[in-house]
Amino acid sequence: MSDERDLAARVVELVRRAAGPGAEAEVLVTRSDLALTRFANSFIHQNVAETGTAVRLRLHVDGRTAAGGGNRVDADGLAALVDRTRAAARLAPPDPAWPGLTAPTPVPAGPAVDEATAFASPDERAARVRAFVDAVEGLEAAGYCRTAYRSGAFANSAGHSVVGRAAEAALDGIARAGGADGVARHCADRLADLDGAALGARAAAKARAAADPVELPPGHYEVVLEPAAVADLLQNLAWFGFNGKRHAERQSFAEPGAAQFDPAVTLVDDPLHASTLPFDLEGTPRRALTLVRAGTTGAVAHDRRSGAAAGTGSTGHGMAGGSTFGPIPSNIRLLPAGADPGATVDGPAGTVGAGVTGAVGDPDTAVLVAGVRRGLLVSDFWYTRVLDPKQLVVTGLTRNGVWLVEDGVPVRAVRDFRFTESYPRALGPGRVLGLGRRPDRQPDRSDGSWWEAPAARLSSWNFTGGASG
Amino acid sequence: MGFDAATAAVQAALDAGARYADARVMHRRYESMSARNGDIEELAQHESIGLGVRALVGSGWGFHAVPELSDAAARDAGRRAAAIAAASARVPGPPIDLVPVGAAVASWASECAVDPLGVPLSDKGDLLVGATATMREHGADLAEGLYQVWDTTKWFVSSEGHRIDQHIRECGGGISATSIGDGETQRRSYPSYRGQYGTTGWELVTALDLAAHAARIAEESRELLSAPECPAGETDLILGGEQLALQIHESVGHAIELDRILGWEAAFAGTSWLDLTRLGSLRYGSELMNVTIDPTIPGALGSFGFDDEGSPAVRRDAVREGRWVGVLAGRDSAAVAGLDYGGSVRADGWARLPMVRMTNVGLEPGPHTLDEIIAATDDGVLMDVNRSWSIDDKRLNFQFGCEVGWEVRNGRRGRMLRNPTYTGIGPVFWRSMDMLSSETVAWGTPNCGKGQPGQVGHTGHPAAPARFRGVRVGVRA
Repeated sequence: MSDERDLAARVVELVRRAAGPGAEAEVLVTRSDLALTRFANSFIHQNVAETGTAVRLRLHVDGRTAAGGGNRVDADGLAALVDRTRAAARLAPPDPAWPGLTAPTPVPAGPAVDEATAFASPDERAARVRAFVDAVEGLEAAGYCRTAYRSGAFANSAGHSVVGRAAEAALDGIARAGGADGVARHCADRLADLDGAALGARAAAKARAAADPVELPPGHYEVVLEPAAVADLLQNLAWFGFNGKRHAERQSFAEPGAAQFDPAVTLVDDPLHASTLPFDLEGTPRRALTLVRAGTTGAVAHDRRSGAAAGTGSTGHGMAGGSTFGPIPSNIRLLPAGADPGATVDGPAGTVGAGVTGAVGDPDTAVLVAGVRRGLLVSDFWYTRVLDPKQLVVTGLTRNGVWLVEDGVPVRAVRDFRFTESYPRALGPGRVLGLGRRPDRQPDRSDGSWWEAPAARLSSWNFTGGASG
Repeated sequence: MGFDAATAAVQAALDAGARYADARVMHRRYESMSARNGDIEELAQHESIGLGVRALVGSGWGFHAVPELSDAAARDAGRRAAAIAAASARVPGPPIDLVPVGAAVASWASECAVDPLGVPLSDKGDLLVGATATMREHGADLAEGLYQVWDTTKWFVSSEGHRIDQHIRECGGGISATSIGDGETQRRSYPSYRGQYGTTGWELVTALDLAAHAARIAEESRELLSAPECPAGETDLILGGEQLALQIHESVGHAIELDRILGWEAAFAGTSWLDLTRLGSLRYGSELMNVTIDPTIPGALGSFGFDDEGSPAVRRDAVREGRWVGVLAGRDSAAVAGLDYGGSVRADGWARLPMVRMTNVGLEPGPHTLDEIIAATDDGVLMDVNRSWSIDDKRLNFQFGCEVGWEVRNGRRGRMLRNPTYTGIGPVFWRSMDMLSSETVAWGTPNCGKGQPGQVGHTGHPAAPARFRGVRVGVRA
């Protein structure tokens, strides 16, 4: 940790010497130890680890701004970083909207770091994979087990200096039976909380239940979306809806103060609920931000620049690429029914295998399915892309299992569908018929970003075609 | 220094029990600038150097990457890669071999007339500021411009005797205009969604002449707000070359990746509808369809001298007269499949494992022009420039949205249409292609995502406008 803090302080000092006391500099140093063990056809086929240190410098001098980065942390490398960023800033145009630096501010400690996860061995990851593969009992298995550790330090020339650490583990796998796939995935603070056997058993049960699917006609169906599918809704809402820059540009559906969602919907971006560095790229402390409370849109995410323009200040969402695409919440929780935004509801990490009955992977989902007279149970969404950002109309496909539900029972597997649906509309007033009681944390493609949701029962989803033709 | 570190890493992996090892030192400088509404929005520069070493122990692979090039760090990385490979044996697979490739000792550099990092930042800024200001003046609510530059040097060493260095310069850029209406947005881009890119110098960006197209696309983005919706139904579809490039990328390029066909990408990126037992006989598309895998095309974004396993760039057929005849392969996947070639393996950085990647996967030109295709169409829709893309995990069912469409009636291009989309099934769609233009452009795709941890690949796609019969268009929410 002190290495990162020292490095950040050295870069700030280099800037002060080179550009004088009037220069405003912010520096983020991140050390990472990332490892991922990938399996397919029931064997480990890719197995990787990397160690790295990244330095990011943003410099505002003489009214102009530039950013630079690199991984050379010797004296020459740091000096070169400062030199080229200064040179770039000199040539940049004036930046009258520069929001200034984060003032010295306390930063919360963040969740405890599990050292065993941070520096897990390849054998420990392989053991989870072994358990998953054994649990599918002869089906083909594919997926990954990853561990991630990040240690970060931020310093700026306004005297703000903070440090933080985070560790995370995730296991994500499918079982394959005769062309049908079943999925189970979970993200946790501790590798020890990932039960490869339970996840493998769940994936296998779903794969077996997905055999021999029938084609159903496209149309509007009531749906029960499992947490993996709900995670896709949260991700797209985050990128295109609760993005402060896109909101300011009138590209977002979000209207703070308006009842845009069903009263059952409360969305909280809650990075400190699980493993994430406790500050953002600009050194702003992370905190819980209620995006939607009981159906009413409450806020959008901001970094310092978009927050200054909006007059709200940063919400702690400074991120790489944010100056162009905009700040994006990346740790959203859809709270279960009856929970308040501050509530902590334990995820099902230790009980993920409970209630495995085939298509319905857990008792939580079973309750929602039981209320469906005729509809579809959807495990997962795939390749979702935005057709219209303003209304957040998205097309994509189902994946890893869809079942027709009649009178509360999944009666048979269905072939994958393509859908075209407006996500805010699907979650709109009167559209959410039920939420599960237990949220499940779903990993994103990169560590530090996750989506936590229970299963959700929605009154209508617009399936526009069968994936097979 | 690059060769020394790579050599030390390979030797350490062998000493630790690997039966094969390779290592790649990579130094990359990256620069990007974006402008918005007449101002520079972000100017970023990044420099990264490091070493990645890959070891094969028994039938298990291991890969470790470090940012240091000292002898001690390189040797430690080699040992760790071997240890990770040994851990892979806890869940072992079938024996792994590598198809033979000559142990090249070589040096290669891409063609570059104007060093993109040597062009003054102020000149590059003026280009983007000017173009975005013009778009604003012509009605765009959001006027955006972007360029990106990658300057990469690699040193590759293998335990089979490879010793290859490459210097690859890539760059490109583009502009887009967005108009915001009541409840919707419309965008027009030039020359392509996210711009045009190549393995070449700044001359590519100069030739694009962004400023000359700024006013037009701004006006078109506003015009789209009031244009009629693309009708829903089945019709003849003419695709412009930029959209066809993405169609090739998604429904041919990814489908012919051998790692997908073998199931190695099953959980994440997906598999492929293709079955190796039908390689050489499967009808993929109409007889007009000739697709090549060609990393030797000068200036195209998927070009190189050697891939990241040391295999030399070689042109191959993927589809010949509509018949599927080739795949994108690596040395290990080719051996598993019983094929005798690799050559399509790359990584997006020193810290990433090389994997099967598209090079330049493109459609050979046909005999017509776009005007001739339009003139031969009684009733259809012309669409161009991608807006959204989605395809299933077997690479069969796709739905694409384009920025703009036009009615085609009685051989003439008619009204502009907004929100055009089309959907279909890959081989059905390709079999419906009945006219193909000769106006080929090698479009560059700098944002191809694949792999875990995620990698962003750079691929090239020669493509020309083409016509497809009886396609479903106008899908709505």
